[in-house]
Amino acid sequence: MSGESTYTPGNGFSRWLDDRLPVMRLVNDSFVDYPTPRNLNYWWTFGGILTFCLAVQIVTGIVLAMHYIPTTELAFASVEHIMRDVNYGWLLRYVHANGASMFFIAVYIHMFRGLYYGSYKAPREVLWILGVLIYLLMMATAFFGYVLPWGQMSFWGATVITNLFGAIPFVGEALRTWLWGGFAVGDPTLNRFFSLHYLFPFLIAGVVILHVWALHVSGQGNPAGIEVKDPKKDTVPFTPYATIKDAFGLVIFAILFAYFVFYNPNGLGEPDNYIEANPLSTPAHIVPEWYLLPFYAILRAVPDKLGGVVLMFGAIAILFVLPWLDTSKVRSARFRPLYKQFFWIFAAACIGLGYCGGQQPDKILIHVGDGGFDVTDLSRILTVYYFAHFLILFPVLGLIEKPKPLPESIAASVLPGTRQEKATS
Amino acid sequence: MAETHADEPTRRDFLYVATGSLAAVGAAAAIWPLIDQMNPDASVLALASAEFDIGAIPVGQEITVKWRGKPIFIRHRSEEEIAEAESVDVSSLPDPQPDDARVIAGPGGELEKQWLVVVGICTHLGCVPLSYRGEYDGYFCPCHGSVYDTSGRIRKGPAPLNLEVPPYEFVSDTRIKIG
Ligand code: HEM
Ligand code: FES
Repeated sequence: MSGESTYTPGNGFSRWLDDRLPVMRLVNDSFVDYPTPRNLNYWWTFGGILTFCLAVQIVTGIVLAMHYIPTTELAFASVEHIMRDVNYGWLLRYVHANGASMFFIAVYIHMFRGLYYGSYKAPREVLWILGVLIYLLMMATAFFGYVLPWGQMSFWGATVITNLFGAIPFVGEALRTWLWGGFAVGDPTLNRFFSLHYLFPFLIAGVVILHVWALHVSGQGNPAGIEVKDPKKDTVPFTPYATIKDAFGLVIFAILFAYFVFYNPNGLGEPDNYIEANPLSTPAHIVPEWYLLPFYAILRAVPDKLGGVVLMFGAIAILFVLPWLDTSKVRSARFRPLYKQFFWIFAAACIGLGYCGGQQPDKILIHVGDGGFDVTDLSRILTVYYFAHFLILFPVLGLIEKPKPLPESIAASVLPGTRQEKATS
Repeated sequence: MAETHADEPTRRDFLYVATGSLAAVGAAAAIWPLIDQMNPDASVLALASAEFDIGAIPVGQEITVKWRGKPIFIRHRSEEEIAEAESVDVSSLPDPQPDDARVIAGPGGELEKQWLVVVGICTHLGCVPLSYRGEYDGYFCPCHGSVYDTSGRIRKGPAPLNLEVPPYEFVSDTRIKIG
């Protein structure tokens, strides 16, 4: 939809600049006059919200880095120093720590939006793949960041995750030592994680630019999952329509964010991380941050070390090939009666995996005699379901499902009178 | 270069390939220091071996010492613990090793079966197992539930290998040197 540019420089200076560096033209064409489908709902505001999250993390992070000390001797104390001594340090740290969680809430909604409305389908495969790449980089960044305060969870989380690489045949041991810079997680590890934690958000920013570029080549999708036919009828200019809608969504999101920062700042964290790292004693129950729990559950579901690692990374890798696993010609779940139901089962399975990841693996859920059905059993079932959703349901549903009739056009799907059928959600 | 599609490789082709290869080798040589700087540095490698006094550990108890940043369990095993470790059918173990191969000879040349020295790091993903827990009276790893016996051998759970026995020797009857 990147049609002809409609930018007309308003004064002498902007004309002069436009001939030399048409940056205002780029901004205008991308965020002002840019045509957006007129039927976008609030699930489409999360792109803007995610950009906000990235900016918040970078700004608060750079300021925290002015006070933080990346050595095993002083890291824990320096975070306490930020909390107690630095002016507004508590605010900056709570915004940064909860900001990571908010970032993941937003990215998960954004991704499930994509799954529901088939946003990954042609011609948006590259757009989707870039998104999965951002998600991977986010997980790496958050992992590095979580190590920095050097609490018990920081240390043992880092130990468990770096040990995953030790499962790789032949090179595993050497790779692990290389990651550590020693024979266990220690000073060299903390230092390099800090360096990488600083770097990765800027890599994310770079991929975000490619992501938005790809978006503007293919045009935004929309809840009806049909392409724009007549830009005059089917689209509205980005500003003011999308800008205001995004801004409203952002305000609601910011209220939730503020609730966590001011009223429940440690609600999403682990109390054990306020105990300084002790390499000689593992806490009785170690868990990663909530946003990694489903993958942790998959890891523990497999009784074999290498197998667990392979499935865990496979669970993310499979997202890259999703555009080619889905055989349906219809994008939006609105018009896919079967897929719509399986979408919600899948969402429930992911939440179930998250639950399992947070529990002790041998916790009994249903008692039968001496033993029973425990968390590991549930994780196994859900892990199988997770993969079956991608490898079996996506290819098969597209072939056997009879989609509902699609609306004639985007305009017809939302304008009163012309509406063919009232679409739910 | 429109008309150079000769069937035979020419001298020019050879020069192209040779130049390209040299450039690739040069690039790899330049990247290597950037990669290798992350490996353990001289000060980490220099961590010397360390001696520990074990004379004060009563039978049936264990101490944890730190060596190369890792916990080392030194366990003074009781007769029952030794008997338990020796009574297992070795071939039924996930990582078969007789108990005799996990202890070393003391200054007198006899196996010091009462002393078990192992690296206290679970061979699954590196947590520190809890001592005297789990159904084999050895160790239980809280992270993902691996269970080790009184010889530090893996019996149950996701860990693939027995707890590692570090390189050590008896300096005297009551002192060992690890490393
Ligand atoms: C994608 C963006 C980012 C994410 C998801 C992220 C995530 C995190 C997380 C989860 C923590 C641990 C918070 C805690 O429990 O205390 C953390 C800490 C930290 N981050 Fe970031 N971060 C991001 C960007 C940045 C940037 C750009 C910097 C700039 C240098 C930075 C600097 C720091 C510092 C110094 C700490 C340690 C202080 C503390 O623990 O609060 N972060 N980060
Ligand atoms: S680290 Fe010990 S069982 Fe996983």
